[in-house]
Amino acid sequence: MASTTRTTSAPRKDEETTPRPATVVARDEEHQAQRTWRRRDLLDVDVLSADEIEIVMETADAMQEILSRQIPKAPTLRGRTVATIFYEASTRTRASFEWAVKALSGDVVNLAPSTSSVTKGESLIDTVRTLQSMGAGSIVLRHPESGAAAVAARHANVPVINAGDGRHAHPTQALLDLYTMRAHWRGDERDPIRGRKVAVVGDVLHSRVARSNAWALTAMGADVVFCGPPTLTPDEITEGFRHAGRTVTVVNDVDMALDGADAVIALRLQSERQIQGLLPSLRSYVRGYQIDAERLGRAKSDVLLMHPGPINEGVEVTPEVAAGPRSVVQEQVQHGIAVRMAVLYLTMTGQSEVGPAA
Amino acid sequence: MTDGATDGERTVLDADQVRRALMRIGHEITERNGGATDLYLVGVHTRGVPLAERIAGAISTFEDEEVPVASIDIGLYRDDLAVGRSGSRSLRPSELPGDVTGKVVVLVDDVLYTGRSVRAAMDALMDLGRPRAVQLAVMVDRGHRELPIRADYVGKNVPTAPAERVMVRLVEVDGEDGVVITLGD
Repeated sequence: MASTTRTTSAPRKDEETTPRPATVVARDEEHQAQRTWRRRDLLDVDVLSADEIEIVMETADAMQEILSRQIPKAPTLRGRTVATIFYEASTRTRASFEWAVKALSGDVVNLAPSTSSVTKGESLIDTVRTLQSMGAGSIVLRHPESGAAAVAARHANVPVINAGDGRHAHPTQALLDLYTMRAHWRGDERDPIRGRKVAVVGDVLHSRVARSNAWALTAMGADVVFCGPPTLTPDEITEGFRHAGRTVTVVNDVDMALDGADAVIALRLQSERQIQGLLPSLRSYVRGYQIDAERLGRAKSDVLLMHPGPINEGVEVTPEVAAGPRSVVQEQVQHGIAVRMAVLYLTMTGQSEVGPAA
Repeated sequence: MTDGATDGERTVLDADQVRRALMRIGHEITERNGGATDLYLVGVHTRGVPLAERIAGAISTFEDEEVPVASIDIGLYRDDLAVGRSGSRSLRPSELPGDVTGKVVVLVDDVLYTGRSVRAAMDALMDLGRPRAVQLAVMVDRGHRELPIRADYVGKNVPTAPAERVMVRLVEVDGEDGVVITLGD
């Protein structure tokens, strides 16, 4: 993390030769008063303004600084408990949230469906109420049904953070992807995200990651291109964006989609799609859409290759590309903790006078 | 932020008085610490940071050494999180020029009131290292302490009623310099 010496007269010799971190560049911005976050819940990205997204980014910078310390911990959530409910398998998202809570000195209670009475048919609303009565300070929810987080939030009186609901949304993934791009692209005068071309490649139809990323990126002024076989990129996937006045294009040719791209997000291909008859075969997908070195060569030379994980090795991307110099997959994982710390801090530390988010 | 506060506003310090107070504080800091060696100025976001920069600038006019300026955000260390607050403030990364261990750190803030922000700032600082000593410089001490904390360097002591608001305005943040009192909001 950037740590800078600011002296009051001419910079010393070594400072003239080394590039100065972005945090010192704009004096006015540096002294700007802090902004206020007013949402209780984080359910979707489509409602977030560019300003709100910027608040998360800025706060995540502060969390990165905490994580870079010898003792990477702050006392902010001391004595408060975050309940995570995962009705769907997830290793990294759950671990990332847990890590984030602990870095802020909070406690975590994990609920996994196989070990709880969810298998006995206990409803989502019951589960939310029970955890709330036990004293949960917020609820992190993953659920296979689109809209589950919104239902939970309607019945909760504590913050609800959507950790993925069906095909609908995965806000923290989109925010951490954006944070990773911003970390690479800021520093010079220009806006880090505006005007950048981001290609999202794969099973767009079933992907909450694609949808949330497109909302976040278009809010910040990036150009988003969805790419995949026609069966997985039907016209209706861009309708919501069109209604909201955002532009997202669909391109079925992967070479065209990657042409001049600043970032490529490869989506995870769920093997059950084949069974549903949406893909003739895995081989044909690999032939048409796998990101290999040659295809990635069409993008900008400093392109960022991203994947929400876990990667199906040799399907969405070749192993060489996944482990190659353009891959920022490990950074995404690391930034995920800082971004989730920011979201937990923002939703959990100021909600007492505000009702549920609109 | 300070918009619409012109009604019933009382000026306590004007721009020149702010400048002179900061120059005096610069002198007091070096006098008390025998120079500027091992000194660190740490501004508390938001207005403490430009204040710390200006004090460092003042010191550089009469000492040979440069005083490093750092900033900390106390948001994660407050004791009033989720208690009657109407929203969460975004955070700024704390920027420290290296290790504070063994240094004399002067915390710089705009207004000293209950002392709770200073308590939070000290906790934030201690998480970053072990300074040899910590001193406190503020533009305004308005009284009404709730914790056993006092300032080592004070721009001006201003007796106030709890309902009043004291605002330190700085060019870097607010476009003008001055200290004013208004009747609550």
